[in-house]
Amino acid sequence: MTFYEEISRNKRTTYFLFLFFFVLLFVLGYVFSFISGDYIFMPIFGIFSIIYIVASYYYSGGIVTAISGAKLADMRQFRELHNVVEEMSIAAGIPKPAVYVIDDTAINAFATGRDPKHSVICVTTGCMQRLNRDELTGVVAHEMSHIKNYDIRVMAIAAVLVGITVLLSDFLLRMFFWGGGRNRGREGGKFMLVGIVVGVLLAILTPIIAQIIQLSISRQREYLADASGAEITRYPLGLAGALEKIKNDKEILEVANKATAHLYIADPLRGQKLWFKGLFATHPPIDDRIAKLKAM
Amino acid sequence: MAFELILGIIVLVAIVAIIAYIAIYNSLVGLKKKVENAWAQIDVQLKRRADLIPNLIETVKGYAKFERKVLTEVTEARTAVMTAKSPKDSAKAENMLAGALKTIFAVAEAYPTLKANENFVSLQEEFASTENKIAYARQFYNDMVMEFNTKIAQFPSNIIAGMMGYKDKEFFEAVEAERKVVKADFSDL
Repeated sequence: MTFYEEISRNKRTTYFLFLFFFVLLFVLGYVFSFISGDYIFMPIFGIFSIIYIVASYYYSGGIVTAISGAKLADMRQFRELHNVVEEMSIAAGIPKPAVYVIDDTAINAFATGRDPKHSVICVTTGCMQRLNRDELTGVVAHEMSHIKNYDIRVMAIAAVLVGITVLLSDFLLRMFFWGGGRNRGREGGKFMLVGIVVGVLLAILTPIIAQIIQLSISRQREYLADASGAEITRYPLGLAGALEKIKNDKEILEVANKATAHLYIADPLRGQKLWFKGLFATHPPIDDRIAKLKAM
Repeated sequence: MAFELILGIIVLVAIVAIIAYIAIYNSLVGLKKKVENAWAQIDVQLKRRADLIPNLIETVKGYAKFERKVLTEVTEARTAVMTAKSPKDSAKAENMLAGALKTIFAVAEAYPTLKANENFVSLQEEFASTENKIAYARQFYNDMVMEFNTKIAQFPSNIIAGMMGYKDKEFFEAVEAERKVVKADFSDL
């Protein structure tokens, strides 16, 4: 796949995510209205979802950077990192992204933003301490190809949309339990029944949302970024070396969570093994990625 | 009736052809600009390296015994680069400069106090990175040339490229000696 094909595919995925989110919020609004008996929630949710979609398009990069605890990298202190990022942006032929760091000894990195002109690249301080220059370059090149092919837009928007959906579902549940307690005397029975139904529905819904994100931000994207990153540096062994170090690193990146895990170059939540992990992993097996890079 | 049908088809084909022509024409112009821009990027990086040199000489000069000859060589090479007229001359001068710079950093090995100098250490990083940037800028230029040359050879854009008088762009090819320099990494000196 060429960069151009990747870009148009990613733009399509973005529209799909927006549409999906709009429908989802509409359904949630209906549930809200049904519980409260007041249909004012429908238009409120409709308007809110449109505002939220527009805001997520423009600010998702900033939001992701903020919730990950990333700070702007000082030009003097992180001179080498700035240089490596600039080298890679020259090699990829895109403007230099803003450079951020996360103060954490785990080795990881992500890129975000809405297009190459408004992009952010973020690495942990662990990367600078434990990777040599070739390996750091490999990691940065991988992120640079996520930026160049618009993966960042899809991934950032997915992170923000899933975050708010999970939050709303949670809020809905809490509102019910809180409101249900107050109304128990009058029509508690009816509320309790609806609540159970909604609760079960949400319990089903949330993992499905997660699954859809993981489908749209598929593991294939990581292989692609590995390959095009190697094409940018012309040196696949740099990234292979970095992945090797990440593999042997048992540290968890504290600032990452389920909504942002798919953004990182390697799964930041390595400790939290889930039973369906093999099926719904956000990242392909690291050994497989190393083998592919070494075979290039 | 049949006449109108044929006329309609002719008009339709003409419209499609015009739209295709405009689209291909614009993409060719855009691609050509990208190639030119990529070439300009190389110059930006070369200039950056040239700008770093006075700084380096200033830092190194303080170390009394530091070989005068090496410093003069660098200064001369820098002047040669800046005054070079033809691409061939400039490639030659670039080679000379890169070689002289390499010598400076190699000689610096013998001066532990210089090696510990903060200014020198940061200059070393800047030079290493600028060498990389030059190499990557050339690589990107070649990528763009490849894209351009492919596009003007492919059907149907080759017809329009021919009408526009577009010819294959030349790849940047490193001379043998220079290729080594491009890969030079000062950090392990």
